[in-house]
Amino acid sequence: MATTALSAIPSSDVGHGYTTTGLPHRKVAIWAFIGSECMLFASLISTYLIYKGRSVRGPFPHEPWTDPSTGHVYKAILNIPVTSCSTFVLLMSSLAMVLALAAVENRDKPKVTLGDRILGSSRLWLFMTAVLGATFLGFQAFEFTSFVHEGLSIRTNLFGSSFFTLTGFHGAHVTAGVIWLLTMLAIDFKRGLGPKDALNVDIMALYWHFVDVVWIAIFTLVYLIK
Amino acid sequence: MATTAAPTFAAPADYAVGEGWRSWLGTTDHKKIGYLYFFTALFFLMFGGAEAELIRWQLRAPNQHFLSAETYNQIFTMHGTTMIFLVVMPMSAAFFNLLIPLQIGARDVAFPRLNAFSYWVYLLGAIFISAPIFFNAAPNGGWFGYAPLTTTTYSPGLNIDFWALGLQILGISSLAAGFNFITTIINMRAPGMNLMRMPMFTWMAFVVQFLIILAFPVITIAVVFLVFDRFFGTNFYEISAGADPLLWQHLFWVFGHPEVYILVLPAFGLVSEVLPTFSRKPLFGYPVMVYSGILIGVLGFGVWAHHMFAVGMGPIADTVFGVTTMLIAIPTGVKIFNWIFTMWGGSVQFTTASMFAIGLVGMFTIGGISGIMHSSPPADLQQTDTYFIVAHFHYVLFGGSLMGLFAGIYYYFPKLTGRLLDEGLGRWHFWLNLLGSNLAFFPMHFSGMLGMPRRVYTYDANQGWDTFNMLSTIGAITVGVASLIMVANILISRKRGALAGNDPWGAGTLEWSIPSPPPVYNFAYIPRVTSRYPMWDLTSPQLTAEVPHTRAGDKSVEIDVAGIDAGHVGPRPGGASVRRGAGAAGASVRVPTADELGIPIPYTTLKPFFTALGLTIMLSGLPFAHADKPAIEYTVMFVGACMLVGSLYWWLTTPLEPEVAHAEHTH
Repeated sequence: MATTALSAIPSSDVGHGYTTTGLPHRKVAIWAFIGSECMLFASLISTYLIYKGRSVRGPFPHEPWTDPSTGHVYKAILNIPVTSCSTFVLLMSSLAMVLALAAVENRDKPKVTLGDRILGSSRLWLFMTAVLGATFLGFQAFEFTSFVHEGLSIRTNLFGSSFFTLTGFHGAHVTAGVIWLLTMLAIDFKRGLGPKDALNVDIMALYWHFVDVVWIAIFTLVYLIK
Repeated sequence: MATTAAPTFAAPADYAVGEGWRSWLGTTDHKKIGYLYFFTALFFLMFGGAEAELIRWQLRAPNQHFLSAETYNQIFTMHGTTMIFLVVMPMSAAFFNLLIPLQIGARDVAFPRLNAFSYWVYLLGAIFISAPIFFNAAPNGGWFGYAPLTTTTYSPGLNIDFWALGLQILGISSLAAGFNFITTIINMRAPGMNLMRMPMFTWMAFVVQFLIILAFPVITIAVVFLVFDRFFGTNFYEISAGADPLLWQHLFWVFGHPEVYILVLPAFGLVSEVLPTFSRKPLFGYPVMVYSGILIGVLGFGVWAHHMFAVGMGPIADTVFGVTTMLIAIPTGVKIFNWIFTMWGGSVQFTTASMFAIGLVGMFTIGGISGIMHSSPPADLQQTDTYFIVAHFHYVLFGGSLMGLFAGIYYYFPKLTGRLLDEGLGRWHFWLNLLGSNLAFFPMHFSGMLGMPRRVYTYDANQGWDTFNMLSTIGAITVGVASLIMVANILISRKRGALAGNDPWGAGTLEWSIPSPPPVYNFAYIPRVTSRYPMWDLTSPQLTAEVPHTRAGDKSVEIDVAGIDAGHVGPRPGGASVRRGAGAAGASVRVPTADELGIPIPYTTLKPFFTALGLTIMLSGLPFAHADKPAIEYTVMFVGACMLVGSLYWWLTTPLEPEVAHAEHTH
């Protein structure tokens, strides 16, 4: 009897997709994830700052160092002009990301002018974001190899260990973001991204912007402050 | 005792019958995952308990050589690691899984496949960190693995590698579960389930998830540094390179002290469910219980250095951390008093569950008082690294966490399995456990005060420690017997216990409105919640007269839901008179299937399992570097990484469940 009564009732009274806050689950989760990531980078950055100036041997980030045993003079390691360029590239990638998200959201709107078509191309802006992200990684690869050539490896001293680990973790996050972007781009080429995919792109964008913001903190605390 | 089940209940669906291994390996049902967590944690409780018995047998008398010093190091390290990461946290996770969706009126967690992933990562990580004990290569640096002691200079060999990598694997499990439960609690509450109506267990679980996602990244980084030092030659813990010997201690305890509350708050939540039910009174001071739980969580991040008073941080740091530590006693004390006032004036029923809950109140208070003693740096300097500390943290973790979890086991076993645990065996368990744990841990206060250091594998006679150690060993054996009784009770009652029905205890919260074990969809229609104790509103309104209500429904919720009450087996409210489950009417009613109700259920899927397996394989390649087998190292890591990435893509590109619209068309 009860079974009959129940099966006559529409199943999902609180419809599928209903949430208490009105936000999609994944949006809540990505914010929780970003909060957690803040603690991850906070631990890395704190360690770098605590160990700043504690290395018993060079090379050092901001000042030259003469090896007392060999007399070899090591330059100051950090190259601020080059890293300013890569920082600019990464910040521009956030702009491209914003345009990509807008293009996905507005896919169904009519595009009249060439400008509309360019601004409305999610493929172009996803591609641009990925390229700018990859360019940043290229800068980082160049930076890492030149530091090693100048005599600083991850094993050399506390500066090397904490610097490479911190920036390496950030680089790994950018790499994951680039792979994510390329995956989205592949889906876009396969079937086109539309407003129903906007949430997925939005979440990726939140991650991407977060990784950018972390870089601003790293650039300021590690490179600019002497 | 509460009503025992009438024989007219429908027999509970047994998860293990007729579904095969694939239904377990591929399940995404939060209740089945809770079931897996429960029995895995129970197994490791026996494992960690056996380690405790070995420790106590070694220490029963002076100058024993039952275990070698090296083996002893492995055993006490694994005892701590097992009990914390493989028993108390996953046993709490079993309750999070079982209860959070049921208590907030949801059909599952927010990300069912991520939930399965968390479990498999936990299981594989647990095997990874425990198995080396059979090859004499178990972790041996203490559960907090202080670097530089754990760097390759002082700890060559694979022991610490297994510990560090195992901890990373287990951390991923906890983090994934943390994001999942936070989203579930924020976003999947039934209409009317305001934050200030959430059952206290869900509240404490909510606080714990925040502690997990904010504290685990810190230990992740500390262990990353250790792994890099051990495998790649970095200098994070290399004192000769200028490293700070306290770096590890700070990072570890920034994680480690919130971890203490991660261990105990779920037990507090369970006790806050058990005591109102068996006192027949709403929880005393509900809002203050919420605020004190949050305050414990916040303050928990500001007290870490009280583990480090002996390292010479200086008077200012010592004072600050001493004061914050004393402050945290306030919200904790508030909880103790609120439990007492919940019982005060109530008609207290002494079931095994309520006895364990009351046991927690007493035992935790003893541990709390000794905790306040060493919150004072001068006192702590006398007590640190002695058995006094061992006594303290066993009173809070055994007398607190585990007794609370035992209360939860006796209380919620019927909801998990549909059958009640045997109360007679439960009494034996409780009394032997109470007697044994006090006999084991109370004398440690004295042996510690008399100067017996922690972690020594043996000691000389005539230092005044002999009798106390013998008493502790007798107590530990008693606890062992008690635990075996519990396991026997669980294994017997799982198949043969009395049928429980929806609500064997006459409880007030939402999880008791549905069958035991709940059907796969939990709620046939989502309830509208009008107070903290929706079931008591139906069954005994006099109990909730003073609890705030919205009888007319919640204006902020626009969606019109099925009913104003919580029950769902039986006709809809406003129709026939049966409102509360078939049991109340005494008729046997078949629980309808999800298909009949048109509720989409996630597909069974092996992808989370393979993703977890790939992750574990990838990390298990790394120790081969220290065995001078780079070829195997790279091969295993590459295979694991491919499996991880492949499974992850496979997982993310397949849908969770059938399309809703499609499912509804079939009806």
